[in-house]
Amino acid sequence: MKNRPSFLTKLLYAILLPVFLLALWETLARQGIISPHILPAPSRVFFRWIDYARPHEPYDAGKTNFIAWFFSGELPHDALASSMRVLGGFAIGAIPALVLGLLMGASTFIYRLFNPLIQILRPIPPIAYIPLAILWFGLGNPPAFFLISLGAFFPVLMNTISGVRHVDRLLIRAARNLGANGHTLFLRIILPAAMPYILTGLRVGVGVAFIVVIVAEMIAVNSGLGYRILEAREFLWSDKIIAGMITIGLLGLTIDTAMSRINHHLLRWHSGHE
Amino acid sequence: MNDAKNILSRSPQVIIKNVDKVFSSGDKEVIALKEINLTIYSGEFVVILGPSGCGKSTLLNAIAGFSLPTSGKVYANGEEVALPGPDRGMVFQEYALFPWMTVAENIAFGLEIKKLPKQTIREKVDTLLTKLQLLEFRDRFPKDLSGGMKQRVAIARVLALDPPMMLMDEPFGALDALTRRTMQDELLRIWLEFKKTIIFVTHGIEESIYLADRVVVMTYRPGTIKQIVPVELYRPRDVSSPQFISLQKELTSLVMEEQMRFRNEEMREPGRDVSEREENEQVT
Ligand SMILES: Nc1ncnc2c1ncn2[C@@H]1O[C@H](COP(=O)(O)OP(=O)(O)OP(=O)(O)O)[C@@H](O)[C@H]1O
Ligand SMILES: [Mg+2]
Repeated sequence: MKNRPSFLTKLLYAILLPVFLLALWETLARQGIISPHILPAPSRVFFRWIDYARPHEPYDAGKTNFIAWFFSGELPHDALASSMRVLGGFAIGAIPALVLGLLMGASTFIYRLFNPLIQILRPIPPIAYIPLAILWFGLGNPPAFFLISLGAFFPVLMNTISGVRHVDRLLIRAARNLGANGHTLFLRIILPAAMPYILTGLRVGVGVAFIVVIVAEMIAVNSGLGYRILEAREFLWSDKIIAGMITIGLLGLTIDTAMSRINHHLLRWHSGHE
Repeated sequence: MNDAKNILSRSPQVIIKNVDKVFSSGDKEVIALKEINLTIYSGEFVVILGPSGCGKSTLLNAIAGFSLPTSGKVYANGEEVALPGPDRGMVFQEYALFPWMTVAENIAFGLEIKKLPKQTIREKVDTLLTKLQLLEFRDRFPKDLSGGMKQRVAIARVLALDPPMMLMDEPFGALDALTRRTMQDELLRIWLEFKKTIIFVTHGIEESIYLADRVVVMTYRPGTIKQIVPVELYRPRDVSSPQFISLQKELTSLVMEEQMRFRNEEMREPGRDVSEREENEQVT
């Protein structure tokens, strides 16, 4: 039997390449081989990131509580603003998509009615709606919510439709045999049976919403992570741009991990899970 | 064992009258059932036996109300069958358990549909879990159960609604031989204890003799009743007894005749497959 690599060995392999690249990057930047405006040293990015994240007022127990103070820096505000937009836009897009998807999946009539229109609209990337969104809603949060909800809408819709359409007929038979019909059949059998697809749709939808929020913030609003990195560009703060990008990556990772955890819990009955 | 007088004194549970079922896919027509007449009495254990594709499931689905006959009538429990219903509990070969419900929730499902009080449901579920030796699995999901256990849950789920009859479509077909025998014994015990009428579909000859009061042998295309063979042996039946073996020979030759026709038809029209069947199935 072959020896399975230990956790430590695997960790070593995993960090080998990143550490090497960081070291190389740091050296090149310090030697002045690359201009710091183009690529600042990782250490500089790191300190900039700390500066971006930390509170700038000194702590005063009389004025605020510790938690509020701790998160009073620029980064937490930006991250919160972006997250709230994702959440709001996602809800505005995903809830109607879920309802419509369930109806389209369950009724051939509704499917035939809506499907052509959806096939025409679906290939238009949400980003292509930016000019219209600004014309319709002006600047600020409304166009951002519009764009984000559009981004979340289609993945949720399409997955919900196929979820309902792929429900095992045998389960429906079994349920009808046990006396279920009408809305009981729908709520207790079709909906949970479609859940794996629906959750996939929600997860993809959040992912798209997160992409769109960054774009929307670069164009229509002046807060949030997307706005911040564009603002940093105007001052040629490449270190802050990269610090912002890293924050975006971390936030995206957090959202996706959370979604995946929720899915995992909701689908613990599914045979795909251990 | 049922003697003739006993059967006559019982009331009919299912009456099948001149039932035909034709499936048409494109320009092809398959006569799945033709002129089926059969009466099944209350408390009887009837096995429907025949080679693959002879119309056993079609017949059972007509009784269950999943797919109605093209012509003819089916009466169950004194009423004409029009829809599926919990008075005709169905057990499927593929178990058809709801995977997102635990064992206990699966068994409770039909009772919840009937809107029984929570306390009653809990008691009934507990009784069934105990009787079918499922107690330690009550909070497991179906994916964590073996085939035999899954089929116990499916049986318990049907028994919970206390239907006068159970319809079983090759329920033990996916089990290994040893588990199958255990489940057959278990089913006979349940049959005696709960006094159900059972209509059981199989293509297993030994299984049919082991279980049935009467074996209904079907022909292949068109699906008709070839012969009804009563099994008048005391239970538990000894599969190595001379009577058992001679019945087995008799049934084997009956089924083999049909099996040969099946082979010949398959050779003449290759390429028919399951997907074609699925598309034509009406949604019920
Ligand atoms: N929905 C359908 N559309 C078209 N033909 C069908 C359909 N359902 C069944 N058939 C045909 O009717 C015949 C009887 O099918 P049925 O499923 O009742 O057979 P069976 O005896 O249960 O076979 P098996 O042992 O394989 O389950 C078969 O020839 C099959 O091809
Ligand atoms: Mg069948």
